[in-house]
Amino acid sequence: MAKFDLNDDGVVVVIGSGAGGGTLGNELAQKGVKVVILEAGPRTEMQDFVNNEWESFTQLAWTDMRTTSGNWRVARDFANLPAWIVKSVGGSTVHWAGASLRFDEHEFKVRSIYGNVPGANLQDWPITLAEMEPWYARAENKMGVTRTNGIPGLPGNNNFKVMEAGARKLGYKQVHTGRMAINSEPRDDRGSCQQIGFCFQGCKSGAKWSTLYTEIPKGEATGNLEVRPNSMALKVEHDASGKVVAVIYADEVGKTHRQKARIVAVAGNSIESPRLLLNSASSAFPDGLANSSGQVGRNYMRHMTGSVYAVFDNSVHMYRGTTMAGIILDEARNDPSRGFLGGYEMETLSLGLPFMAAFLNPGAWGRSFTSAMEGYPRMAGMWLVGEDMPQETNRVTLDPKAKDKFGLPVASVHYDDHPNDVAMRNHAYKQGSAVYEAVGATVTYPTTPYPSTHNLGTNRMSAKPKDGVVNKFGQTHDIKNLFISDGSQFTTGGACNPTLTIVALAIRQADHIAGAMQRKEI
Amino acid sequence: MREVDRRGKYSRRIFLQGAATALPVAAVASSTGIGIEDAWAEAATTLAPATMKTLVKVARDIYPHDFLVDSYYITAVKPWDTKAAKDPAVKTLLEDGVRRLDQDAQDRHKVVYVQVPWEADRIILLQGIEHTDFFKKLRSDLVVSLYNQPELWPKFGYEGSSHEHGGYINRGFSDIDWLPKV
Repeated sequence: MAKFDLNDDGVVVVIGSGAGGGTLGNELAQKGVKVVILEAGPRTEMQDFVNNEWESFTQLAWTDMRTTSGNWRVARDFANLPAWIVKSVGGSTVHWAGASLRFDEHEFKVRSIYGNVPGANLQDWPITLAEMEPWYARAENKMGVTRTNGIPGLPGNNNFKVMEAGARKLGYKQVHTGRMAINSEPRDDRGSCQQIGFCFQGCKSGAKWSTLYTEIPKGEATGNLEVRPNSMALKVEHDASGKVVAVIYADEVGKTHRQKARIVAVAGNSIESPRLLLNSASSAFPDGLANSSGQVGRNYMRHMTGSVYAVFDNSVHMYRGTTMAGIILDEARNDPSRGFLGGYEMETLSLGLPFMAAFLNPGAWGRSFTSAMEGYPRMAGMWLVGEDMPQETNRVTLDPKAKDKFGLPVASVHYDDHPNDVAMRNHAYKQGSAVYEAVGATVTYPTTPYPSTHNLGTNRMSAKPKDGVVNKFGQTHDIKNLFISDGSQFTTGGACNPTLTIVALAIRQADHIAGAMQRKEI
Repeated sequence: MREVDRRGKYSRRIFLQGAATALPVAAVASSTGIGIEDAWAEAATTLAPATMKTLVKVARDIYPHDFLVDSYYITAVKPWDTKAAKDPAVKTLLEDGVRRLDQDAQDRHKVVYVQVPWEADRIILLQGIEHTDFFKKLRSDLVVSLYNQPELWPKFGYEGSSHEHGGYINRGFSDIDWLPKV
């Protein structure tokens, strides 16, 4: 196994080991580039995962102190938990559901297509779908996405069958078990899905793609990749010429170390990545590293989300099998006649009983709540995920008071719904209920957004340096050997789950970085 | 379609012993002259038995499930005694909270909270303290301490951990049989 010296200034230091960092690390290692991945969390492996929601949450979730503000309900119900993401090797690919969709063509150019929307900081991406297509194809092959590469779709579970029956009755046409990075047959030395039903708690069969047991070990096998778990990046340092030169990080006992770097790629997900840049402010970068645009931390997006749970007069047992292998795509189109711009997906979702109690209606009590809970065995559920409007005022900043155990300001996440988000969510609630009522639901529950599992936009791509943080390769405008490799690059959010796009961008970015290194540009 | 046996494996033992306590129940009952059902409350080290019993009543009123016997609520509430032992602020919070509730009950109904006969009337009293730290802490704790009991899950048709049983691929993941043909 590779082990690089702290003073080896020839390494690429990647911060984070998830969809972005893990993929980038492996892709570079395969090309002969030396990589050190600093992962804040421990190395919890597949055999350590537990099929128990609260125990797993304690094991995997990022629970470092964060603060919140804004009119989103998460700030009231979960003031210190704006996001449900993973602090462990593999990042959020450990707990994700596996949904792997490509952006639609218009979603890369929403400023041109939607026009100017008051209050929204819309911008076209500096890349098009056509440019992304070969990279999407490589990502789908890498991850083993069903319905691509000759891989059959997963079989539908009870929860899917309920949604499918209702969808067809309503006249929806694009209904299937999803494009999922979950093996429907053995592939890539991993087994096929056993319908365990604890996708959110780490896949115990390895059927679901996660960098933890794919990219990371493949990269390590080249001898060019070293993963350091329990390594929390505190600061990125630069020299007088404005190049980044090192990363300061703390180990599991709190001792700090300084790893020199030829290149630094930040992939700590969209709350920690801007926080790191802001905490790396210097006299040359008083507003934060690579923040001459002022956009670091801004344009925080979490997708329009919400859920609908429905109760029937017969059992569903929705928890049996995959959590999210089911989708209705019809509403993902852009159709302003519905009263909002952009679109949304309708995807099956199940929570176990313990999480249902926590998230069905946070804070609720009494018989209206308990009668909903008693419907559990006869419950079906779906998650609504759609394009939310980027707003400059939705942002990650450094909290003025709260500090972490290293004395650094923690992240504060401000989010207000945009009227377009509200209109879309209301439409989605209505349609979701209609799907279930079409097959006999006796009661439906519109459910508020959970702590965000999709976190995007806080280091956005832009053509012009004044409009964003990075260019079309995720390279920061201000510092050419500093890259962003996670979902914080997203200029806008699109309707769909972000992971496939993050992986595609990381494969493409590795190609660019390796070429630039070879040409001695960085 | 494979249904889930709602009876649960532990219910008889819990009902007889009172929340699976290791106490020699019969011995306590005969020596103190109290019923078997109360033994768990007498075992509290820091909070008074009456306080514990009120907390159980409040817990059930916050999350009423008529098919759940008291033992599940007792299990959910018992840890407060240990927390009160460790932290005097918690002890004060709980005792003051119960005292306030009992006072409100006396003012309105001339009896303490646990003796107010109708649930609807007790709910009104709880609504009166809904914004207090006491209520908020109790309720948010119950979300986990009640619904995270594995013995309780079969009552709601939830089967818990799955991988050690081979997942649901051969255990009815798609056996729904009542939908209209698609």
